[in-house]
Amino acid sequence: MSEYLSVLIFAVTGAAIVLFTFFISKLIRPHNPYPEKGVTYECAEDAIGDSWIRFNPRFYIFALIFVIFDVEVIFLFPWAVAFGELGLFALVEMVIFILILFFGLFYAWKKGVLKWV
Amino acid sequence: MSDPGSVGIAFWILSAIVLISGLLVVSLKNIFHCALFLMLCLTGVAGIFILLHAEFLAAAQVLVYVGAVSVLMIFAVMLTSNLARKKIVQTNQNALVAFVSCVAFVVGALWLIKGTEVWKFATEALPANNTMTIGKLLMTEFMLPFEVVSVLLVAAMIGAIVLARGEEA
Repeated sequence: MSEYLSVLIFAVTGAAIVLFTFFISKLIRPHNPYPEKGVTYECAEDAIGDSWIRFNPRFYIFALIFVIFDVEVIFLFPWAVAFGELGLFALVEMVIFILILFFGLFYAWKKGVLKWV
Repeated sequence: MSDPGSVGIAFWILSAIVLISGLLVVSLKNIFHCALFLMLCLTGVAGIFILLHAEFLAAAQVLVYVGAVSVLMIFAVMLTSNLARKKIVQTNQNALVAFVSCVAFVVGALWLIKGTEVWKFATEALPANNTMTIGKLLMTEFMLPFEVVSVLLVAAMIGAIVLARGEEA
């Protein structure tokens, strides 16, 4: 458990550096607000419309395929940890596992799902 | 950090994060913000898994729930027209009745748990390298289920593709 202490120290130090930098910049920067500074802009142009837009539904199928391969990664973790003690047979098993999943990717590819139209 | 005191403190902080963000998920008016707080809630649960020495479970929680499922939910919100912008009231006139009955249930359940003496708690900690144990079992004893999982995943993927394409065709 003590190895997570370094994780905690790392996270706290990281947050502290950010807060410290903002604090220092607040101390030394000039303070002169006027309405134009608060305007939303896009490459120095006035923004057209709203940021709450409806995104392209094509993104969704990529998210679904991502979920499948995310679950695959979960099975890679314990395999990678135990691999040093298991040897060649474990490698063959994992290759079969990935090849079966690759069939799914091949299906998606063949059906043109991965093509951005 | 291995002494029970600091583990207790970490547990209380993580529990507070989980409970507060869980409460915000069901009470905020912007559904997009709800989805973001759901991610925070699930991350806190992963932290509790780490406190219990279940590192593999924590990794699965972060990768699948925080990473994939939440992204799917946020995509679903962003891809539905005007859903993210709307202010949605998550409660109705039954909120008070529901709250009272939930409190009554929790109090009753706690009272029953307090009165029972046959509860057995797992006092024994998990072995230190239980991820390796999972990996070994997956590659030897549970080899066939492991390979069947990939077939199941392919079936899920093909099903998702067929359903998602159905709208376009």
